Amino acid sequence: MNTQWEVVIGLEIQTQLATKTKIFSGAATAYGAEPNTQACVISLGMPGVLPVLNEDAVRKAVIFGMAIEAEIAPYSVFARKNYFYPDLPKGYQISQFELPIVGKGFLDIEVEGETKRIGITRAHLEEDAGKSLHENFHGSTGIDLNRAGTPLLEIVSEPDMRSAKEAVAYMRKLHELVRYLGICDGNMQEGSFRCDANVSVRPKGQEEFGTRAEIKNINSFKFVEKAINHEVERQIEVIENGGKVVQETRLYDSDKNETRSMRSKEEANDYRYFPDPDLLPVFVSDELKAELKAALPELPEAKKLRFKTDYKLNDESATILTSSRDMADFFENVVKISGCESAICANWITGELSAALNRADLEITASPISAERFAGLVARIADDTISGKIGKQVFEFLWNGSESADEIIETQGLKQITDTGAIEAIIDTILAANEKQAEQYRGGNEKMFGFFVGQVMKAMQGKGNPAEINKILKAKLA
Amino acid sequence: MHNKTITELAQSLRAKEFSSVELTQHFLNRVKNHADLNAYITVTEELALQAAQAADARIATGNAELLTGIPMAHKDIFCTKDVKTTCGSKMLDNFIAPYNATVVEQLNAVGAVNLGKLNMDEFAMGSSNETSFYGAVKNPWNKNAVAGGSSGGSAAAVAAQLVVCATGTDTGGSIRQPAAFCGITGIKPTYGRVSRYGMIAYASSLDQGGSMARSAEDCALLLQAIAGFDAKDSTSVDAPVPDYCADLNKPLTGLKIGLPKEFFTADLNADMAATLEIAINEYKKLGAEVKEVSMPNLKYAIPAYYVIASAECSSNLSRFDGVRFGYRCENPADLNDLYTRSRGEAFGKEVKRRILMGTYALSAGYYDAYYLKAQQVRRLISDDFKNALNEVDVIFSPVTPTPAFNIGEKIANPIEMYLADIYTIAINLAGLPAMSIPAGFINGLPVGLQVIGNYFDEARLLNVAHAYQNVTDFHKQSPSL
Repeated sequence: MNTQWEVVIGLEIQTQLATKTKIFSGAATAYGAEPNTQACVISLGMPGVLPVLNEDAVRKAVIFGMAIEAEIAPYSVFARKNYFYPDLPKGYQISQFELPIVGKGFLDIEVEGETKRIGITRAHLEEDAGKSLHENFHGSTGIDLNRAGTPLLEIVSEPDMRSAKEAVAYMRKLHELVRYLGICDGNMQEGSFRCDANVSVRPKGQEEFGTRAEIKNINSFKFVEKAINHEVERQIEVIENGGKVVQETRLYDSDKNETRSMRSKEEANDYRYFPDPDLLPVFVSDELKAELKAALPELPEAKKLRFKTDYKLNDESATILTSSRDMADFFENVVKISGCESAICANWITGELSAALNRADLEITASPISAERFAGLVARIADDTISGKIGKQVFEFLWNGSESADEIIETQGLKQITDTGAIEAIIDTILAANEKQAEQYRGGNEKMFGFFVGQVMKAMQGKGNPAEINKILKAKLA
Repeated sequence: MHNKTITELAQSLRAKEFSSVELTQHFLNRVKNHADLNAYITVTEELALQAAQAADARIATGNAELLTGIPMAHKDIFCTKDVKTTCGSKMLDNFIAPYNATVVEQLNAVGAVNLGKLNMDEFAMGSSNETSFYGAVKNPWNKNAVAGGSSGGSAAAVAAQLVVCATGTDTGGSIRQPAAFCGITGIKPTYGRVSRYGMIAYASSLDQGGSMARSAEDCALLLQAIAGFDAKDSTSVDAPVPDYCADLNKPLTGLKIGLPKEFFTADLNADMAATLEIAINEYKKLGAEVKEVSMPNLKYAIPAYYVIASAECSSNLSRFDGVRFGYRCENPADLNDLYTRSRGEAFGKEVKRRILMGTYALSAGYYDAYYLKAQQVRRLISDDFKNALNEVDVIFSPVTPTPAFNIGEKIANPIEMYLADIYTIAINLAGLPAMSIPAGFINGLPVGLQVIGNYFDEARLLNVAHAYQNVTDFHKQSPSL
């Protein structure tokens, strides 16, 4: 067998909308509360209760639709998806079926330098279910309905991705986008951004899609890639061994790095969708669209482009600095407050700060150094008060304390010595003590120059202005 | 005391002829004495007397409403905080709601005295009150006859004067049919006029709460308290509520009454036809004009109704799964066993029948042929009514094909039972308001006249009913118990 296989992937991504209250009730949506303390009579599906749509969820869905240049349905309908499960209190999930709020749109991704457009079929609003808790219940199952009724926007892509890498790029791009838009906190550990992948393979050149399997429960970028690659291998193996891929739902087990069958097509639920008679159709007016459009934040693509032109950043820096709205804001604040060249601001943020944040596993919003304090550091480096090397020391103080860069430079005595007289005096002493080396330099051993720079710096505890030192040394050794 | 209207009682309470506590005790005694009617599922004697005491205090301050201190009761479909709400089902025999239905809140707010919870067909599915887990309600006019359903407890309690007025709900005739069978007045308002919040859903797009009393005037007063927009019910309509008593005495001169030819056919029971003819003549004397109208799609109402109502109920009743509240079977072996036995053991036959029908109608491959088709028929029926109501002000029809049938007579034959709702069902499909008013007797059993009006035209319906009650006394007659 030497068939070349092509992989076809479509993703369904569920984003939890960052509303204060649930989609159909006034119960809070905050994560991590004691079980069932955020379950009101509506979350519990008590007899007689009725859903009332949270307008903020609609606004957030419309914002998303605009960001992917999708058609916003002027009229969309909530439907009931009927199935029994203990953490589904009403025995049905309120979702959208035939008429979703967001229609066809797209997202451009970049993989290995190539831009590719991924179609988005639709995005619809729905409520989340609760959680079944299997631990500490001595053979029984506990149910926590705090999450029941949390608003979700399910974003369904076209089967446009051709590799796990593309799938990850799409997922990352979408993750970045929803956070940019402020509609989802993107917290994957807390389940705010979840992914199901539809995966199939077909012989290269074949137009018809292969039979797909849906992989559920992939909740990190790393696992998406692994799960898809694993599933692709599994499907190819099945086919190459003369078997047939069956349409089914498979669960990804990240501990074992394998997918296993949950239910086949025959076992699949008949959800008996029908329009929810408790809710009116959702009408999105042109006024609302205009209002939200005007308030739409600058999107990642546009921001990156602007950073490249306005701040003359290279692609890599611009990418890092626009990876989140908070990061971009931080950068722009540092530039503004410090009044320095954008290049030096960018270097220090993408270098020292990013590395420290990564080490501490912190988001820019949780940075111990504010944009203001960081700008203080950059300004002192830019005006030669301190050298880059000393800058790193100051950075450590900034990271671990609350003083400003100026205070640190002052109290630690880190100010750069640019006084040529002081530098000359030290150089004279050093040259006098190392005549042999000076002779070697003058004899053509240029490496000796570095030796002297090092000696001078050492004597000056790193505070000497390197340019001045170089200049004076050169003159004296000539 | 129990013969007085709400207005008369309110005057007596203000004149201190008797207190609300005395009045309440009087009705509670009647409830006890006529317990054989099986009208109540729960009697909340203590709470009622407390509420009566509070009402007396409120009346003394001069800050009372007409309903303050008036004994009434709720159909057991309305959730009442801290008081059992069964919906007539074994499933909810142990259910105490943690909240009040909006209708209950509204009546509490005006100081009405709630005597308890009234019997009903299980989950409002039935036309005879025989599907109740708590047994059939007896018709006060003839205890062998059914009281009608599903608001049978409400109708019987009002007819037997075990309460001044009562709430009811109507999905396919559940206020109007028992009102007709028991000789009382009942109004099902326009869909969206009364909040459904806290009213346990049977078929959400058809369910509507309303009022049941001995006269149109009392119905108007009760409706006044419960009508209006509720932010907790997305399907309630945000339109102003008129003063339902303001037009009660408007003359009927020039009123255009439509008689659907599809309802007044040779098939109509002769006694019923004769009784209604007398009533219609009374209206002519009051200055009304009568004209024939045609609504050709009415014949599809019953099948369309049973598809839509069953489909919605199959989903609405999914929450009764033995997990969070209500009945749970003993020692379930696993999750599936918990579901199947809890639901199998606690739902009655009729409820199961409709859940099965509805599940079928919504299933993949059948949805278009049943549910979607039924919705299309529903639209056609609404259009029929709209066209007719462009020509006339109100439409008259029988409420039921016959007076109350006997207990046990139809329960084994669901189709026959369903067909008995032929005159009421189409109105729910269209969402229109309609009333049942006592129009005479056949063999000692009351029969009703149905008055159907345009959307949000409840005031006119009440006016039309009140004018008739000014010149007739069917509504004043009481059964000898």
